[in-house]
Amino acid sequence: MKQGNKNYIRKGRPIKPVRHDTRQTKTAGGNFVDKLHAYRDLHAHALFSSLGRLVASPFTSIMTITVLAIAISLASGFYILVVNLQQLTGNLETSNQISLFLRDDVSDAHANKLADNIRKNTKVQSVKLITREQGLAEFKTYSSFGAAINALETNPLPIVIQVLPKNSLEDKQGLEDLLENFQRSPEVDFAQVDLQWVERLQSIMAVARLFAILLNLMLGIAVLFVIGNTIRLELHNRHDEVVIAKLVGATNSFIQRPFLYSGFWIGFISGVAAWFIVTVLMLILRQPVEKLSGLYEGGFHLLFLSFTDTLALIFISSVLGVLGSWSVLTYQLRQLKPE
Amino acid sequence: MLKFDNVTKRYPETGDVLRNVSFHLRRGEIAFLTGHSGAGKSTLLRLITTMERCSRGQILLDGQDLSYAKEKQLPFIRRKMGVIYQDYKLLQDRTVFDNVALPLVIAGYGHHEIARRVRAALDKVSLSGKEKKYPLALSGGEQQRVGIARAVVNKPPIIIADEPTGNLDPELSAEIMFLFGQFQQVGVTVLIASHDISLITQLNHRVLKLDHGQLVSS
Repeated sequence: MKQGNKNYIRKGRPIKPVRHDTRQTKTAGGNFVDKLHAYRDLHAHALFSSLGRLVASPFTSIMTITVLAIAISLASGFYILVVNLQQLTGNLETSNQISLFLRDDVSDAHANKLADNIRKNTKVQSVKLITREQGLAEFKTYSSFGAAINALETNPLPIVIQVLPKNSLEDKQGLEDLLENFQRSPEVDFAQVDLQWVERLQSIMAVARLFAILLNLMLGIAVLFVIGNTIRLELHNRHDEVVIAKLVGATNSFIQRPFLYSGFWIGFISGVAAWFIVTVLMLILRQPVEKLSGLYEGGFHLLFLSFTDTLALIFISSVLGVLGSWSVLTYQLRQLKPE
Repeated sequence: MLKFDNVTKRYPETGDVLRNVSFHLRRGEIAFLTGHSGAGKSTLLRLITTMERCSRGQILLDGQDLSYAKEKQLPFIRRKMGVIYQDYKLLQDRTVFDNVALPLVIAGYGHHEIARRVRAALDKVSLSGKEKKYPLALSGGEQQRVGIARAVVNKPPIIIADEPTGNLDPELSAEIMFLFGQFQQVGVTVLIASHDISLITQLNHRVLKLDHGQLVSS
């Protein structure tokens, strides 16, 4: 045995006396810049090693990311649908005008004076007078009854004054008052506002918007849980590593770091994939939608996710990734006691 | 360096596992912790490594009271000791270098300092040149020496070894014990839990003997 020991000394270098660094309980040796660099290196290492681990198990990663990307694209797809519908109803806002159909015996000059009077009303934004001749010309161009109209001896159309009230969509009561007011004036045969169906459309839109928000909320929670579960599995797979790190004095934040980066990557990549899915779907839909819009002579153009929308989409997915893994880690690491 | 003062550890299920244990290990002292299985050796080690807290009494490590340490302080207390395990507890998917470097990475050393210290530690346990190997490519004795290098790389003032020779043949055990002797000579406190009676009697070190949770000789 003595022989063995001598061999040992020959193999190894004699040990120099150790100077115990009692300050190393909280901070490591080296100067501040070194420590800063070490800290940066740790983050960089966690950033890239967590990405490397995703690549190392491609099957699992692709499955998880696909599920997340579909959930996120559903949410953002519904969002873009609502944005597009809003554009559609935005075009209809002018429909909230009041049309005053004047009596047959009112002359053009009298009608002009009435229009001027209405223009002075502070609740009115703009007034447009359509004379009998203008009305007829418009009718001929926009309807297919041109020939039939020509057959008539007299112009059957009344003089119309179109009034666009101020804040017509918000101030329902003001609109009603205005309408009543017009109806009482002797020149007006009847006054009409296309409020009701605009209102219905508005409330349908409000429901759709609320539904979109709720759906996004639900899908956001689903994404949170899927990422949390993925991280939990990864934590389980690397249980030994975590325990050993804890045994040699790793803080929870040290142990958490690579997992938080994993969560970030999963969220980030899923966000990018979701953007890709939504954009491809929109490209497929674009032609049929434009064709449909053409049939209705509408100036409707399909809106894609804007640059800001895309940034927000990827940002929110990444944040959900970090949050999902953070919530699981906080819970699991507290449970984990090294054996 | 390590002081137990009337330490009792009680589990609700089994009652007192340790009862009124008191001893004091001075700086640079080496001691064996022995006793039959179930005598409380592992529990005592778990109290030192802050995996458990004692029910009564006081444990001082380097002047710090472990029983009152906050949860957040525990990692920093663990950095003060090098712990060696019977099953080595090495990361199989990391190289020898990475395994030994782990405590330094955790403590936040720069990579130049890490490389320098890891090489020095591997040199001490005569594993130079095996930095790039994986633990499974090494023999049991070599793996144990990797564990020792990891325990000492941070230059801790105390080394705790739990059955460090349990899986090794007598010659390798002697090598490991010789290594501990060397650390002791440079002022490191060493506590070795072992039931290897022949090894203990061969070496003329202090022996702490536990019997049914009580210290019967120190």
